[in-house]
Amino acid sequence: MINFSMMFHGQLGMLGVPPEKLGTPPMSDSPWQLLPSASNHAASLDNLYVFLTAVCGVSFVVVIGAMVWFMYKYKYKSDKDRTSPLTHNGKLEFGWSAIPAVFLMVFFVWGEVGFVNMSSPPADAIDIRVTGEKWKWTIEYPGRSMASTIEVEGGEVAPYLIVPLGQPVRLTMTSKDVIHSFYIPAFRVKKDVVPGRYSTVWFTAIEEGTFPVFCTEYCGDEHSSMLAVVKVVKPEEYKAAVEAATVLEQGASETAEQFGEKVFKTFACNSCHTVDGSAKVGPSFKGVVGRTENLADGSSIVVDENYIRESIYQPNAKVVAGFTPQMPTFAGQINDEQMNALIAYMKTLK
Amino acid sequence: MSSTSAHDDEERPWFLAHHFDTVGQQVSAAKLGMWLFCCTEVLMFSGLFLAYFIIRTLYPEMVLGASEELNKTAGGVNTIVLLTSSFTMALGVRAAQTNNQKALERNLLITIACAFIFMIVKYFEYTAKIEHGLLPGNWYAAAEHGYMLPKYSRVFFGVYFTMTGLHGVHVLVGIGVLSWIFIRARRREFNSENYVAVENAGLYWHIVDLVWIFLFPLLYLVK
Amino acid sequence: MSKSKETPAAKANAPEPSYLTAKSGLMSWLVTVDHKRIGLMYLAATLFFFLVAGLLAIALRTELYTPTQDFMSAATYNKVFTLHGAIMVFLFIIPSVPAALGNFILPLMLGAKDVAFPKLNLLSFYIYCIAAVMLVTTLFLGSLDTGWTFYTPYSKSTGTAVIMATMGAFVAGFSSILTGVNFVVTVHKMRAPGMTWNRMPLMIWAIYATALIQVMATPVLAITLFLLIIERTLNIGIFDPALGGDPVLYQHFFWFYSHPAVYIMILPGFGIISELVTVHSRKHIFGYRAIALSSVAIAVISFIVWGHHMFVSGQSELAGIVFSFLTFAVAVPTAIKVFSWVATLYGGSIRFNTPMWYALVFLWTFTVGGLTGVYLGTLSVDVHLHDTYFVVAHFHYVMVGGTVVAFIGGLFHWWPKMFGRMFNETAGKISALLVFIGFNTTFMTQFFLGHQGMPRRYYAYLPEYEVMHQVSTIGSWILMVGLFTVLGTLLHAIKYGAKAPSNPWGAVSLDWQTASPPIEHNFHDTIHVTGSPYDFPEIDKSGAHH
Repeated sequence: MINFSMMFHGQLGMLGVPPEKLGTPPMSDSPWQLLPSASNHAASLDNLYVFLTAVCGVSFVVVIGAMVWFMYKYKYKSDKDRTSPLTHNGKLEFGWSAIPAVFLMVFFVWGEVGFVNMSSPPADAIDIRVTGEKWKWTIEYPGRSMASTIEVEGGEVAPYLIVPLGQPVRLTMTSKDVIHSFYIPAFRVKKDVVPGRYSTVWFTAIEEGTFPVFCTEYCGDEHSSMLAVVKVVKPEEYKAAVEAATVLEQGASETAEQFGEKVFKTFACNSCHTVDGSAKVGPSFKGVVGRTENLADGSSIVVDENYIRESIYQPNAKVVAGFTPQMPTFAGQINDEQMNALIAYMKTLK
Repeated sequence: MSSTSAHDDEERPWFLAHHFDTVGQQVSAAKLGMWLFCCTEVLMFSGLFLAYFIIRTLYPEMVLGASEELNKTAGGVNTIVLLTSSFTMALGVRAAQTNNQKALERNLLITIACAFIFMIVKYFEYTAKIEHGLLPGNWYAAAEHGYMLPKYSRVFFGVYFTMTGLHGVHVLVGIGVLSWIFIRARRREFNSENYVAVENAGLYWHIVDLVWIFLFPLLYLVK
Repeated sequence: MSKSKETPAAKANAPEPSYLTAKSGLMSWLVTVDHKRIGLMYLAATLFFFLVAGLLAIALRTELYTPTQDFMSAATYNKVFTLHGAIMVFLFIIPSVPAALGNFILPLMLGAKDVAFPKLNLLSFYIYCIAAVMLVTTLFLGSLDTGWTFYTPYSKSTGTAVIMATMGAFVAGFSSILTGVNFVVTVHKMRAPGMTWNRMPLMIWAIYATALIQVMATPVLAITLFLLIIERTLNIGIFDPALGGDPVLYQHFFWFYSHPAVYIMILPGFGIISELVTVHSRKHIFGYRAIALSSVAIAVISFIVWGHHMFVSGQSELAGIVFSFLTFAVAVPTAIKVFSWVATLYGGSIRFNTPMWYALVFLWTFTVGGLTGVYLGTLSVDVHLHDTYFVVAHFHYVMVGGTVVAFIGGLFHWWPKMFGRMFNETAGKISALLVFIGFNTTFMTQFFLGHQGMPRRYYAYLPEYEVMHQVSTIGSWILMVGLFTVLGTLLHAIKYGAKAPSNPWGAVSLDWQTASPPIEHNFHDTIHVTGSPYDFPEIDKSGAHH
């Protein structure tokens, strides 16, 4: 299989979170233990699921049981065997058509009622915006300018959905490129995230805890890394939790270089720029500060603070030769404090 | 179970295939096969018609505005040409049924000629569109040629060219099929006993005409 | 190149030679219009692609043994699962039972000398070959990574060889349509004298219903793929939201064909099972009319349930409700068939030979597959299970546990007719056991994986899913051994099997009332049919038997 690595039309690819680093607690330890039922939908759905399993289980035992019984009782004994002339039985055939039909209708109605409920968000639901793109989620709250993220294992940064316990939440979602799908198994909630339109999903969390979120519509190379974390907190802690997750500020005990590394990871610079010298979609940052770069227009430049700042806000102004102009701009996203820390961090990359 | 010999030694007509028992069986099999194939053609085009209706429902003003740029005269001429050709085709089938070889040849030729006229008119229509930049997809350049059309008009022209283009391909195939029937008619293969191939070719041609009868008003005569 | 020529046996006016030896030489196969030879060529081709796509699946499952990368990159993994699906669907499962087995058996069962349009039959085969070449060429042009479903906008923007692949599928569709037209006309026009619709074997009913779907549904796939190709090459804008189009519209177009397509895949399997359970339990089928009419009912209803693939896609709630209701409607005729087959065993004299074992395995695995479809048709439950391993398990249970198991049972059943040789029964039974154990181990665990939230088409996964994935992978290796056992047993029989009598199973249908293997024109004389194909001599008509 020839493995081509192709550029994508316009959209910059961003790496998601390696699954083994998501750091959420296991949803269950064994197949016999059901998933957490952490939302209002999950609670009602689980009952229907158990009912379905019971009816289907009984049906299977009856059908296969009859088959096995007949296999035993009517096995070939000799060439003198005579077989039954039975070719049909009106009552039996009616019965085994009508009874399943009744059960199927029960499943249909029960499922439909739950589905309609899942499609009708209450008027007082909190609105949270979700944007999907290859390959990360961006989760934004009303009144907060920054998307929320959380640090997970191994220094990775994951998108972070915080919801209050017992209050309805509505997610309004759209995609920037291809179809994705936002799936929270513990809440039994899923909706496709489509470019060019908004899709919504709502739920009320009923259990505190931390649960994984998956992208579940195939969207390319890093589809299985397009993960997020959802955390259910007490309502009184909600506002503070949202605020803490939607700022990127230097901590009291952090050096500028350490904070700069955090900024580097939060904005996923590492998806296109390595720190070890290997070229990726963009030039490597190993030893970049002070390096002379040849630009695409033939001129050359020494990399300094101004060049770094310009490249982040106007990325296609001075592109290094040998690379294509596809870096998105971060104007309005990275403030001065974050920028200074980022530059300090880059100076440490020798 | 009783049995009869499968291969009668009385004359099997030369046009009766080895796996059929009677000419009647062969003829009715051929007809059923052709009708089924025509169903598949209708189903395929209906997918395109569905796409058209969806675009028209989503963007009614755009479809109205963009369709103004289509040449109604050319479309109207082509409609008359195709209707005529269907008529001459039917005459040709009748000629085969009544063993009128000359009339069969004549009507096939007129039908083929009409098909050529259709393609020539279409050629002029398409070249005019190319000159004005009214093309589908990446080639859409209406603004550069001075046409201020509604937003997303490119999609209308995409639908227009796809539908008329696919239809045009079917007309070309029809020319091929009818030419082949004409050659066989010249060889005197058809007569009142053996004309189902002409009939089936006619059926194909009527489907081609039928698709156009729907295409023309929906694309050209939008109100 | 040797031209086809009559063998000395044919010339010497000895007992008429079989279709295998009547003409010899490569050309006699390449330009044959004999439905039996065409069927064998289809069989060789489809089994070859089954092997290729099956090995891709083994590679996938082996990579999934651990949660992180073993030997494949993510990009390669995505190509492997896409090709596994595309090759299996377009080059194996859709043509396999109709074109390989059906081509061989249909005229024989009808008492006909060939299908209605033999040359069209050969053309269908060559069109299939062209499609196969195109799909293989895809591998050398960047491969394919969209999933076999080609959803937009991803299929528009990805750099892999989408156009070559969709053209290959488009061409394969023509092969399917022409085969469908051929079979519908054959069933209508070429039945032996006395064979009314009610005296047709149920295999014929099944193939007929399948052919109707092939004719009606495949043209829509053709136009869908065509629109995708011009969207990608010309930027037409019909599926692209930036240009005013709708990406979900693609899903509607695609599933309008692809849902009926899955019934193309399973209906012929149903036909095979009807034949196997009757012949090998020496009993008339229970509920003939119900099974025959339910095949047609399934064919019709299959056209109006496509939206059950799209409950969370953003289609309206009302659409979801209507599609869910209709999906349950199509479950009823299917259930009736299963009950009727089990009831056929009642009061029988069951021979536990290899074909019968496969029929019994089918009843187990198809019942699981069908019941789990009920979960997916239930709207609220589907929200949780859609796009998870639960769906993967469901469709493998019906397509592999259903169609492939029935297909293998059919191959064993008709192998003596096709090649005039008996296969090794012990090896056949071992293969059935391995397939049963391997298949259930592989896919039963996937229902649990899916319920626990494991999404499908995932290259790497959370560590908590590891144990179930490992069980599934080990199962796949066992299944592979079972399938190779099938292949070995069948191939061995062609050369070394004991000579088969013309009717080793004591069947009544017309396909067994001629030599094994048959002569070129199938029957020496036209047979007049006077009774049902299930009138076995063991049936006790005296009224004494209850």
